[in-house]
Amino acid sequence: MTRLTLILSGLLVALFVTALLIGPAHISPGPSLRALIMGGEGPMTLVMREIRLPRALLGLLIGGALGLAGAAMQGYLRNPLADPGLIGVSGSAALGAVLAIQTGFATTWSLGLPMAALSGAVLGVCAVLLLAGPRGSSLSLILAGIAISALAGALTALVLNLSPNPFAANEIVFWMMGSLSDRSMTHVWIALPFILLGSALLASLSRGLDALTLGEDAAEAMGIGLRRMRLTLIFGTAAVVGASTAVAGAIGFVGLVVPHLLRPFVGARPGRLLLASTLGGAAMLLAADIVVRAILPDRDLKLGVVTALIGAPLFLHLIYRTRQDAT
Amino acid sequence: MLPAGVLPMSASMHASSLWIPWLVAALTAAPALADAPRRVVSMNLCTDQLAMLVAGEGQLISVSALSADPRGSAMADVAARYPLNHGRAEEIYLMQPDLVIAGTFTRRATVDMLDRLGIPVLLLEPAYTLDDIAALLIQTGKALGQEAKAESLVADFQTRLGLLNSKDAANPRAALYSANGYTSGDRTLAGEILSAAGLDNVAAEAGLADGGFLPLEVLVMAAPDTVITGVPYAGESRAEAVTDHPVIAALRDGRPGARMMDRDWVCGTPFVLQAINAMADLRHTLQDGQR
Repeated sequence: MTRLTLILSGLLVALFVTALLIGPAHISPGPSLRALIMGGEGPMTLVMREIRLPRALLGLLIGGALGLAGAAMQGYLRNPLADPGLIGVSGSAALGAVLAIQTGFATTWSLGLPMAALSGAVLGVCAVLLLAGPRGSSLSLILAGIAISALAGALTALVLNLSPNPFAANEIVFWMMGSLSDRSMTHVWIALPFILLGSALLASLSRGLDALTLGEDAAEAMGIGLRRMRLTLIFGTAAVVGASTAVAGAIGFVGLVVPHLLRPFVGARPGRLLLASTLGGAAMLLAADIVVRAILPDRDLKLGVVTALIGAPLFLHLIYRTRQDAT
Repeated sequence: MLPAGVLPMSASMHASSLWIPWLVAALTAAPALADAPRRVVSMNLCTDQLAMLVAGEGQLISVSALSADPRGSAMADVAARYPLNHGRAEEIYLMQPDLVIAGTFTRRATVDMLDRLGIPVLLLEPAYTLDDIAALLIQTGKALGQEAKAESLVADFQTRLGLLNSKDAANPRAALYSANGYTSGDRTLAGEILSAAGLDNVAAEAGLADGGFLPLEVLVMAAPDTVITGVPYAGESRAEAVTDHPVIAALRDGRPGARMMDRDWVCGTPFVLQAINAMADLRHTLQDGQR
């Protein structure tokens, strides 16, 4: 275990505990943690086990998933701008999820919601890879992402506006910005298997991504199957992003910011960046979810607001640097 | 004259058998006075129901489309017999009304335009208390030249309300919980419905006298004896899904919960008696369970 892993793990534990201790109900840390672990009768156990625990667990899982997916895509495309949110994968996953919910498919089959989001995400990843090409320039990658995000966002808004439910149209902002409020253990069980499976697929790319830094020919000479890597990346990313989006909406910029910040600490080796970004992504999302609850305890400030406030300036910085490199 | 069959099913189910003769008597009262408006159009769900109760035969020529939807309207069957409007200035102008009744929350631009076109508009405040209901009936009666009918409706409403009023020393504690975690406090019509039925409102304990967003955690910590949730609309929404959260089921845990039927809760009309009746039933069930 490297020092970076240790530091990130420590940070993660601290943030996880903080996330469990913060919320609109004013209960003191000692009794609430006791209620969480020991259980027992009473409302405090319900608050801790059924409201705060699933929220913190989802922050951990989804943040980790988005960090990992960002690192894997950036490594594979060798492009620091690849983030599942920016290139439209989250948006297409949200469209899949909204379609499943509004058509009732999500209630007829317990795996309906995550499977539909996953299908949306697969279409999104494939479309981006097709449009941007295997070694696409930053420009074509971002343009493809904007087009796919816009299309998926418009269709999501259309489906929600067509819903007979008067509340549905207001939820466009949830699907585009994401939130962890009022989630339950049901949502954890929906997302968990897909995130674990997808993460395992993405983690298996570690050696291949390191080899790819030497170029595709060198990687193939080292026995890396590029076609297989590509498929693994598509389904791994779709599984983690799809499951995350299905339960928490599209949360942007985690997959952009975290790999960028951590890259210098892993000697720019994309394989090692995978684990670091998973831990870092989880820490960033937990922190963001603590911030939204600290700013507006009683209201549902969307997570995407905070992640974008951190991520968008960095995105601008990256674009600026990309332009400098080009000249 | 409207036959007794026009009453919604729930009226005969919830209320006592005295209900139907009372309403029919009210609906067959005297025709409008000579100088009263003859072509009245109502464009708000709640003013529609007040107007339908109070207006003389042929006096009311159109109500809003929302009133024909049994989900939100206690008089959907009656409303379906009227031409329906959608609250647009153009269609209402073409009906050539001599009085338009709207709510104070009806789209301002539409009301202003009707005003500019020289059509008298009566704006009715929404009811915030049970007492407001009598005032609204009287106000509508005056505007329509049906004072006597309005007064008999008020008298009957108050008699019935008096019969329902029954308070115990120890009221069960109830929480109203609708879409997005919205709750209604004591200073709202829904809050008064609860207290008239002998239930205490946990929103007051949480400092939400006017109502507002009650976080799920705060609801759980308040540990109410019963949770009364809204009835979801067709289609799905995250806003309403919060009432299906496992902690709501855990809070209820074998004790009876209840649903708020929008049609009996939303508008300040005598139909709130149905909501009070349902809540009083809930209170009895809760108290029987405790014994």
